[in-house]
Amino acid sequence: MTDAPSTVEAPARGLPPDENGPGLWERYGMVLVFLGPALLMIGVWIVYPTVRTMIRSFYDRTGDEFVGLDNYETLFTDDTLVIAIKNNFLWLLVVPALVTAIGLVFAVLLERVRFSTAFKVSVFMPMAISLFAAGVIWRLMYEKDPSQGTVNAAMAVVKDAVSPAGVLSDARPSTDAVQGGPEGGLVLQTPLEPGSVAQFGLTAIRESDVPENAEQAVVPEALAGGITGVVWRDFKPGGGTPGELEQDELGLPGVTVELRNESGRTIVETQTEANGTFAFEEVEPGTYRAAIGPDTFSTPYAGVSWLGASLITPSIMMAYIWVWAGFSMVVIAAGLAAIPRDLLEAARTDGATEWQVFRRVTIPLLAPVLSVVFITMLIYVLKVFDIVVSIAPGSVQDDANVIALAMWRTSFGGVNDFGLGAAIAVFLFLLVIPILALNIRRFRREM
Amino acid sequence: MTTVAAEAEARPTAEEPTSAKIVRFLGKTPVYLFLAFVGVLWLVPTIGLLFTSLLDPTAIGRVGWWELLSTPSLGTFDNYREIFENEDITSAIWTTVWISVGATILPIIVAALAAYAFAWLEFPGRDWLFLIVVALLVVPIQMALIPIFSLYNDLGLFDSILGLVLFHTAFGLPLAVFLLRNFFIGIPRDLLEAARIDGASELRIFARVILPLGIPAIASLAIFQFLWVWNDLLVALSLGRETQPITVAIFSQMRQFSANIELIAPAAFVSLAIPLAVFFAFQRYFVEGLLAGSVK
Repeated sequence: MTDAPSTVEAPARGLPPDENGPGLWERYGMVLVFLGPALLMIGVWIVYPTVRTMIRSFYDRTGDEFVGLDNYETLFTDDTLVIAIKNNFLWLLVVPALVTAIGLVFAVLLERVRFSTAFKVSVFMPMAISLFAAGVIWRLMYEKDPSQGTVNAAMAVVKDAVSPAGVLSDARPSTDAVQGGPEGGLVLQTPLEPGSVAQFGLTAIRESDVPENAEQAVVPEALAGGITGVVWRDFKPGGGTPGELEQDELGLPGVTVELRNESGRTIVETQTEANGTFAFEEVEPGTYRAAIGPDTFSTPYAGVSWLGASLITPSIMMAYIWVWAGFSMVVIAAGLAAIPRDLLEAARTDGATEWQVFRRVTIPLLAPVLSVVFITMLIYVLKVFDIVVSIAPGSVQDDANVIALAMWRTSFGGVNDFGLGAAIAVFLFLLVIPILALNIRRFRREM
Repeated sequence: MTTVAAEAEARPTAEEPTSAKIVRFLGKTPVYLFLAFVGVLWLVPTIGLLFTSLLDPTAIGRVGWWELLSTPSLGTFDNYREIFENEDITSAIWTTVWISVGATILPIIVAALAAYAFAWLEFPGRDWLFLIVVALLVVPIQMALIPIFSLYNDLGLFDSILGLVLFHTAFGLPLAVFLLRNFFIGIPRDLLEAARIDGASELRIFARVILPLGIPAIASLAIFQFLWVWNDLLVALSLGRETQPITVAIFSQMRQFSANIELIAPAAFVSLAIPLAVFFAFQRYFVEGLLAGSVK
């Protein structure tokens, strides 16, 4: 920021008063030359329209009829406009605080390390990108299909790591001896007791679905006091007999087999070997059913619908935070660098823990800088427009609506109601004023 | 204030034995790891756009951009060739250039003149007038769109580059006047007095003394204003139809986003390549400009 020593030198008393008493033109003509263009442009493009918009907000859509406060009433009753106002307040509540907090964390961590330039550049870079282009970027990131959208792809990886997907995506019993489907599990209809050998023949398994370590399936030996069995792909090129385990038919490893008691409750489960065999040892006498558990079958991860009506606003907020975190970080880092080291050292010498130093010394000293970031974000968030319009697909723009977007859509984006549009603009203006009043102290300091 | 590149300032590490340094470094390993992770994470979206823009059109919508890492044969510059042969996009790029250059130079000239008057000329009501001009920073662009739309329709400025330049110029003035006046007032009075005694006219003083000394402030301001205008969507969308800067040109393709990715992705990347280049070339001014503009 320009830290002009404005208070050091009394603001210019530039032109020395001329003894001979020059005419008005000599005296102020020069002022007009310098000031004229700016005042003219500000008058025509800022002052006049502002007044005009205020007046316009009391007229109807065509501007012919005075309608009093009708437009303002619509503003607070129309469904999409109310959603826009609510959303904007949500933005105000969430985003400035998060941006400030994230910037603070980054700045504090950066203080502790060297070689921080790469990190700063990486986090600050999105500031150079337009919010519109940032929106395009995140629209791609948020694609629902995990094979397209980066966010969902990352979530699919995490999900796979936490709960590994089943080995098979789909399968059908090869004979009527097995009933059921992937959702509830496949149940072998023959009752089993210790010493039985269960055979699960499955078909409709895609070649690519067969686990790589699968070996030739074998029927295991019966086990005294236990139940054994095999799960295999009951299919070989050229046919084969369904229900019969033949040469070249592969066992299915990694399949979860459940042993269920007579009331249908699973009492123990195990996984099949490379040749498809499994064994339950030491089974109490009784009748049982064996089943292939539903977790053998993975339903492909469908992905979170980030761009759907319910998540769209948080999704856009995340993208917005991605853009602004760098700004927050750089401003706060500058504030941190300005904190006198000896103050921190003194606190440490007095036996304060790092957290106490941070909480009791650093934060209070940083308060002015934090409030600059926070207030700046409040102003920007109130006027948020580009990123909403670019991330939210047309179908959910009503759900993602914010005040600035509502103003544009009402005035130019199809509705073409200048009266209501003007009222929305005035409302936005009125919201910005108190926030800027907060900033006035800062202005004063700089002037 | 600061620069992105401002390196970790020298710390007192003077008589520390190597072993202690190593211990200290290891103690910080989690911090390094975290920062490295976040740093990479922050780059992913932009890289995602770049890679998507390089994907073969037949692969777009079928595979994710990261497949390009394992299958470089999916990559192609065809999408870029297409958009540079696409008349709409190339003319949009030029429109953006003209608007941005015009709406950077003009407000700086106009604001510098006014700032000089506010700083070094004497006239009644000067400080009040300055305060009013600065106070106009509050006015959101939305307050002007509707009346200016009507005015432009009457004047034939609607849908013209000139109309957009003038609009951006006017809205850039309060901040520009504010910053430049504060900078100019810090210029030593002696320099001006000396020039005045030599009989130099005010315009001459302005051009020969003030402007050269004001270059650092003007540079930061220019970069901020240039990016502000380059990145604009709202104004161009409201006050133009055929006169489309690149943001509007892309915006008009967004309705069928999935079908147009091979056009949108490279066009979006081109649109952000210029600001990125400015960022890397003028990091210091860039950050200063942005910080200064944070009151806008």
